[in-house]
Amino acid sequence: MANVLKVEAVNRSFGDRRVLEDVTFSVEAGRMTGFVGANGAGKTTTMRIMLGVLAADAGEVTWQGAPLTRELRHRFGYMPEERGLYPKMTVTDQIVYLARLHGLSVDAARRNTAALLERLGLSDRGGEHVEKLSLGNQQRVQIAAALVHDPEVLVLDEPFSGLDPLAVDVVVGVLRERASAGAPVLFSSHQLDVVERLCDDLVIITAGRIRASGSRAELRAGYAQPRFAIQVDTDAGWLRDEPGVTLVDLDGARAVFDLAPGTDDQAVLRAALARGPVRSFGPVTPSLAEIFREVNQ
Amino acid sequence: MSTFAAAQLVAAREIRVKLRDKTFLISTAFFLLIAVASTVLPPILEGGPTEVATADRTVAAALRQAGLEVRAVAGDAEAERLVRDGDVEAAVVAGPTVLGLDEAPDEVVEALSTAPPVRLLDPDATDPFVAFVVPFALAFLFFMTSFTFGLQIAMSVTEEKQTRIVEILVASVPVRALLAGKVAAMTLLAFGQIALVAVVAFVGMRIAGVGADVTALVGPTIAWFLVFFLIGFVMLATLWAGVGALAARQEDINGASAPLQLAVMGPFLAVLFLQENAAAMTVLSYIPFSAPIAMPVRLFTGDAAGWEPVLSLIVLAASTLVFLAVGARVYEGSLLRTNGRTSFATAWRSRSTVG
Repeated sequence: MANVLKVEAVNRSFGDRRVLEDVTFSVEAGRMTGFVGANGAGKTTTMRIMLGVLAADAGEVTWQGAPLTRELRHRFGYMPEERGLYPKMTVTDQIVYLARLHGLSVDAARRNTAALLERLGLSDRGGEHVEKLSLGNQQRVQIAAALVHDPEVLVLDEPFSGLDPLAVDVVVGVLRERASAGAPVLFSSHQLDVVERLCDDLVIITAGRIRASGSRAELRAGYAQPRFAIQVDTDAGWLRDEPGVTLVDLDGARAVFDLAPGTDDQAVLRAALARGPVRSFGPVTPSLAEIFREVNQ
Repeated sequence: MSTFAAAQLVAAREIRVKLRDKTFLISTAFFLLIAVASTVLPPILEGGPTEVATADRTVAAALRQAGLEVRAVAGDAEAERLVRDGDVEAAVVAGPTVLGLDEAPDEVVEALSTAPPVRLLDPDATDPFVAFVVPFALAFLFFMTSFTFGLQIAMSVTEEKQTRIVEILVASVPVRALLAGKVAAMTLLAFGQIALVAVVAFVGMRIAGVGADVTALVGPTIAWFLVFFLIGFVMLATLWAGVGALAARQEDINGASAPLQLAVMGPFLAVLFLQENAAAMTVLSYIPFSAPIAMPVRLFTGDAAGWEPVLSLIVLAASTLVFLAVGARVYEGSLLRTNGRTSFATAWRSRSTVG
């Protein structure tokens, strides 16, 4: 069975408030899937249901085609949005304990903990109480807590919030490594630029419904109007009068414009070349923020 | 991993943390000190047998027979001097006349007189001091232990909630394993502490030379008390865990646990003040919250028939099962509600987590 984590028609209400409505998407093996949505759109609730922390009212979550059980979930790595560790326990004790709760033997738990702390640059902090650490280091310990049992699936709720840029790089490195080893990685974030940089696939949720999901390239193609950017040597204002061209942005010799359907972009390029040198010309892919804005409209 | 294995891991962590906790170590030392002091000290403070000086051999023999210590002297003058100097409590001189310093030495007088035979219709077998101290000690021990350990269970639950680690825990192990591990760990520690105190108190009594009649009475009382304690504590511990889960922050625990505090303090005071009231004590010895104190006390005073502790234990065990279910449901229903204090009703209704 393929290593796919599937969320199928999941519904959940809190009292009268419907927070998830037929939420369906899948997280493919070996791919980083970004999960984006506004605050309160249902990201955290979805992830909690995937981890079995919350029960779904209807629908199910499957891994390799089988509904999730606690045994299967033991192989998940989870980082909740609300971070937390025992303040008065040492870093090592804490991570070893969490590893053992996931079923690791004492030896394996110790070994993994040491290796992971080394990787995260926390080797010399193993004996310290978590409350004594800086916030950045506490976040790294939190990441260690999610990864210590060599999970086959990663579900991370806002893993980058509160991280300093160095820690972001470390975490990105670790996640990439897990993904290329074949693990499905789902992470939510409100930092769209980070998601854009990292994700292979994208799931967009709005008010409890999945509005778009698929590979980043597909989504881009789907939501991209035929938009182009051009850089010439002189003023590009003449584009305004070209048939089929709508100027989006004009800044002297640089312009961004949309083309009406059926208009040949090469015709515009030829027109530009007829007026002088063209330094650059090409389609503009929409940023994730733009797609997100459009999906949310 | 099975729920049982998970509960074991949770319990092991709780015990490790607790054994490093200074408050726990100090309170154990404090209880042991009290146990030693209250059993060993009184006989020592009472002092040895009364010492009497006399020159008369027959008198000396009679005094010895009565268990008094006799100092043989050459003559009455010397005996009188010893009393005046305070070297002996009393002396018997020719006459025979009993000499005392400022009060009549009753023991000596008794030893030398012929008393009419006495038949007691309601003999009080136990020393009044022991009769007072044993029920008080049992009540106090149960109250203190279930209160302090209970509060610590609540605090440990709230800590996990307040620091938000609970979500990682719940994602890893069943909620019931968390609860069971915590209750088991605290019960083990509380029971260990109280058993240690009981053993020390018992051994102390033997060393201090308390009569065999008293130890024969106190021994079974302590044994029954330990059994009642074990089950009674499990019942309270689950409720404390539920209360801890209702609170979102340590500051909320006091308010959330007020009813439970009453349920622990009430029986303690009731047993203390209603000790003389046989009917009230009978009722108290069957109410689950007061049974762990009242039944051992009734056994100690000899008011309970042999089958009574067994019946009371069955009642206690049955209600423990009920409260386990209540405590577990409240715990499960409120553990992940981290925004403010959860009401009992809300916790009861919302079974949001997956087993």
